[in-house]
Amino acid sequence: MKSLGSIRRDFAPWNDPNAKPYIQFDKVTKKFGDFTAVNNLSLTIFEREFFALLGASGCGKSTLLRMLAGFEEPTAGRILLDGQDLRGIPPYKRPVNMMFQSYALFPHMTVEKNIAFGLKQEGMPAADIEKRVAEMLRLVKLEQFAKRKPHQLSGGQRQRVALARSVAKRPKVLLLDEPLGALDKKLREETQFELMDLQQELGLTFVVVTHDQEEAMTMADRIAIMDKGEVMQVATPAEIYEAPTSRFVAHFVGNVNMFEGKVAERAANTTRITGATGAQIVVENAADTAMGADIVFAIRPEKIRVSSKKPADAVNALEGEVYDVAYLGDMTVFHIKLDDGQMVRASAMNASRVTEDPLTWNDRAWVSFRPDAGVVLTR
Amino acid sequence: MTNIAAAASPPAETAALPTRLAKGFVDRLVIIVPYLWLLFFFLVPFIIVFKISLSQTAISMPPYTPVLDFSEGISGFFAGFRELNFDNYTWLTQDALYFNAYVTSLIIAAISTLLTLIVGYPIAYGMARAPATIRPTLLMLVILPFWTSFLIRVYAWIGILKPEGLLNQVLLSLHLISQPLVILNTYTAIFIGIVYSYLPFMVLPLYSSLEKMDYSLIEAAQDLGCPPTGAFWKITFPLSLPGVIAGCLLVFIPAVGEFVIPDLLGGSQTLMIGKTLWNEFFANRDWPVSSAVAVILLLVLTVPIMFFQQAQAKAQEQGK
Repeated sequence: MKSLGSIRRDFAPWNDPNAKPYIQFDKVTKKFGDFTAVNNLSLTIFEREFFALLGASGCGKSTLLRMLAGFEEPTAGRILLDGQDLRGIPPYKRPVNMMFQSYALFPHMTVEKNIAFGLKQEGMPAADIEKRVAEMLRLVKLEQFAKRKPHQLSGGQRQRVALARSVAKRPKVLLLDEPLGALDKKLREETQFELMDLQQELGLTFVVVTHDQEEAMTMADRIAIMDKGEVMQVATPAEIYEAPTSRFVAHFVGNVNMFEGKVAERAANTTRITGATGAQIVVENAADTAMGADIVFAIRPEKIRVSSKKPADAVNALEGEVYDVAYLGDMTVFHIKLDDGQMVRASAMNASRVTEDPLTWNDRAWVSFRPDAGVVLTR
Repeated sequence: MTNIAAAASPPAETAALPTRLAKGFVDRLVIIVPYLWLLFFFLVPFIIVFKISLSQTAISMPPYTPVLDFSEGISGFFAGFRELNFDNYTWLTQDALYFNAYVTSLIIAAISTLLTLIVGYPIAYGMARAPATIRPTLLMLVILPFWTSFLIRVYAWIGILKPEGLLNQVLLSLHLISQPLVILNTYTAIFIGIVYSYLPFMVLPLYSSLEKMDYSLIEAAQDLGCPPTGAFWKITFPLSLPGVIAGCLLVFIPAVGEFVIPDLLGGSQTLMIGKTLWNEFFANRDWPVSSAVAVILLLVLTVPIMFFQQAQAKAQEQGK
């Protein structure tokens, strides 16, 4: 899995056994009455990391963030920041700042005053505050809006003010709760890269909560996929996508095809799987599975080839019928109904402008893939 | 230009003109109705009161002269008109009683408004922060006293505050005091009465401005290093100012002219303008002077409010 590292070269403290954890969730549980929002969760985040908590709404990711900010106390377990136990420290004494989903800009203050608010609380001298505010305004390119009030700004500008306000105090950790959730798609994409640049420039640790997988994949060094108050997998975006460890993660991020079956035959490094209807496939990376065990072979659509004739060299080739074709410009997505009834999603890059032999509805077609193109999942 | 435009406009538009006019009228009706209401029930009565304030008291029916009517024709009307003068207003400045009554009323109203704000703010704050499910109940409890007659509730306070009343009995039996407190017929009783009676007028506007406030603003303030008390004064209170102002006006204005509470709880020696007005009207049967008192009271109250609103409108204009 060497190739599935961080997008930032030479930044992988999680692989270094000697690296000092910066934020540690140690067996943290949070209950609201009968409801368990976070369940016995342990997680380690490193300094200068851009860490994303990804999950559907209600999975506990926001609660995790709020516990770090100090708005909620864990029911059980500890949260450590730079070795210090945060229990009992109120939000206004924690060296973390949060950018709120609603931005929570103070409506009765100008942009300038909003950004200066935290610095004033610190008791910073007025001249320094002025300098820092000017610097922050430059950073988010809002110099000419300093005297405006929040209601006189666009959504994107408000987002920048919120960002400037939350980093003005140079917190040890910046918490971002759905930072781009209220922006339209185009602006969101631009802002993603700006956030990454900002994080690099300031050298801060970012913890971002999002339900948008694309956002998490683009920005984060590592992603924690959460479900029902538990962490399902913590890994780099590439690992999450290419080597999910569970069906949940495989389904949650991107599209995936699942071939269910039993282990039928084992060779040196390949395993033959027999599906319920008798279809057979050969896969790699299933060494630790027992004979007869129920397993799943998960494979991404772009790793499946679609052709009108059976490919001669393919180890795995299954026949079916084209059920649906979606032309998306850069690629074409096929839904192929295999003869055993299973639906397979395959996508093909449209590398050339004209296809000689285009497949269309109800055509007979073959899907083929290499034994190492997917992963074997047991849970 | 106009001719060309008119000639160029298609005939269909001309045909639609009556309907458009009718539509314009319907649109305006919405505004016309409240204006008519103000005209008939505020402006006209005010003009009548103002006219009486310019008349002279007389032992007749009605008890002032001149009475403007057309029984002697247009010239008679104008003859009566010429008799009107500002003598009553001059009279108000000559007797210190009136000036003192105005000033005392304004001071009492101001103090009671402040007390009502101090009592009402925590109530409104508590209501706004209460779970959404019990908020309607709390709101109901605030409005509930209105279901009993105002007069009866003020009378009830006599029973509570008098020397042998409920409050003194409780305090005596608890040995907190050795002899009854004299509260009834003092200014303290007036303050208690006004704060009690006008509390809902303070709580409701405060509640409505606090309730719509986004709680994440408080969290943001705390997150930026501001302790809860600081967050209250820097965020919550400034943002609730519209509610504070509305509540204060709703309490202050009627409290200045309050008559029942000072009369029943304040005793005979308290001097408030509402009581003075009542005395002039019913005891002295001096309609012109009491009308002058009322007109001045109205000016004292409306002129500052108009200035305030103008300033606020200007501030809002600048904000945009």
